[in-house]
Amino acid sequence: MRFSFATMLRQAFTGNAWPEQWRSPEPKPTYDVAIVGAGGHGLATAYYLASEHGIRNVAVLEKGWLGGGNTGRNTTIIRSNYLQDASAALYEHALKLWEGLSRTLNYNVMYSPRGVLMLAHTEHDVRVFRRHVHANRLAGIDNEWLTPEQTQRFCPPLNVSPDLRYPVLGAALQRRGGVARHDAVAWGYARAASALGVDIVQNCEVTAIRRDAAGAVTGVETTRGTIAARKIAVVAAGHTSVVMAMAGLRMPLESFPLQALVSEPVKPVLPCVVMSNTIHAYVSQSDKGELVIGAATDAYTSYSQAGGLHVVTHALEAICELFPTFRRLRMLRNWGGIVDVTPDRSPIVGLTPVPGLFVNCGWGTGGFKATPGSGHVFAATVAHGEPHPIVAPFALDRFRSGRLIDEAAAAAVAH
Amino acid sequence: MLLIRCPFCGARPENEFSPSGEAHIARPPDPSACDDDAWTDFLYMRSNPKGAHAERWRHLHGCGRFFNCLRDTISDRIIATYPAGQTRPDAE
Repeated sequence: MRFSFATMLRQAFTGNAWPEQWRSPEPKPTYDVAIVGAGGHGLATAYYLASEHGIRNVAVLEKGWLGGGNTGRNTTIIRSNYLQDASAALYEHALKLWEGLSRTLNYNVMYSPRGVLMLAHTEHDVRVFRRHVHANRLAGIDNEWLTPEQTQRFCPPLNVSPDLRYPVLGAALQRRGGVARHDAVAWGYARAASALGVDIVQNCEVTAIRRDAAGAVTGVETTRGTIAARKIAVVAAGHTSVVMAMAGLRMPLESFPLQALVSEPVKPVLPCVVMSNTIHAYVSQSDKGELVIGAATDAYTSYSQAGGLHVVTHALEAICELFPTFRRLRMLRNWGGIVDVTPDRSPIVGLTPVPGLFVNCGWGTGGFKATPGSGHVFAATVAHGEPHPIVAPFALDRFRSGRLIDEAAAAAVAH
Repeated sequence: MLLIRCPFCGARPENEFSPSGEAHIARPPDPSACDDDAWTDFLYMRSNPKGAHAERWRHLHGCGRFFNCLRDTISDRIIATYPAGQTRPDAE
């Protein structure tokens, strides 16, 4: 079914239930490509494999339900103002795809470029962000520096009083940055991929990776039987180390809980996304009216999908300092996701030492913004067996060669 | 917040401590004799297990000493803490 105004009208008047938007097939014994993980990145990879590379005999294997991991747990911030050229190119590639994504997928992902403010609270912040602004503008990416007065004009509820413990000394603003509806991204890619013939197999946990005498992958063992595939693409986020260990590989990853929470819904009060790395808070308002707030990662590695309450409390203290009007809001829900963090805070996308095994991981605390770009370049990498040029610097081998892509300043916590 | 038993000071709240990553990773005695793979493994590769994880902590706002901790990364339950230099205890 193609969504349009006419379809909406017809459904409204006939009162029929909306049909299922993707098939739920039994897994076939053999596929050309098996993707491990049906989050946004995995589903986008499947979609672009089918739509741009003609590889439609693809399975996306998901141990839970699609979009139930970090795709459904993040704070949906989209921006591309990264410092290093390689990162800026990758995230800008994604941002350009976001701009046309609803039309491409015929599914409203509610991409809303409302502007992302990154607050500077110290002299060091000011210098770092101004350097970011200059680097981005040289790379052709919009990013501008705002004084405290301009910052408050752009975001009226923000407290820019000099009396704050860490006063707002200015902000970097990317106007094309914003938010999107996270579930719709997973559903939109799932629907579009399924329509092109991709099998999305949920409740199907990969338990082993099979390899031949030469070491190349031949398929996977799952809780729903053996599935043969000459190419396996692991897009398992926080569980990447666990899946890669099935092929005997150690990864430069550590998995941490990252928490977020939402407030009770209120009328529109916050016109943009506000991020503060220094006092650690990031917040935006969803279309339902809830404030969506991101906290820090816990300090220790964990797979528990739950973090310490003191981490959340810290984020809320920062929010209340920046936005005194939010102090009486009640919080409705909080939750955790497991993020896979690399030593240089940049993702790992590309080939592995095991023939036929590809990996897309290490997006850490900020993978959502990259979803379309990540899937797009990873699909090309899997299809051709060599890295797409945009993603070539992000190879696993960089930890051996020493060509790290250090984004710790941009992305240490609030990515 | 975890309640962590420092081997020297007893049980204290987590925010007195600073975690320092995976334990029992020995720096190669002669780094210049390492090949790139061994050095990469030492610097960057981590086991990141789902289950029992041996990790270093430092009682930063206490005695200041490093020690090791065996913790289940699924439940976050601490199985044991022990002074640095001791071998890793069994998971159960």
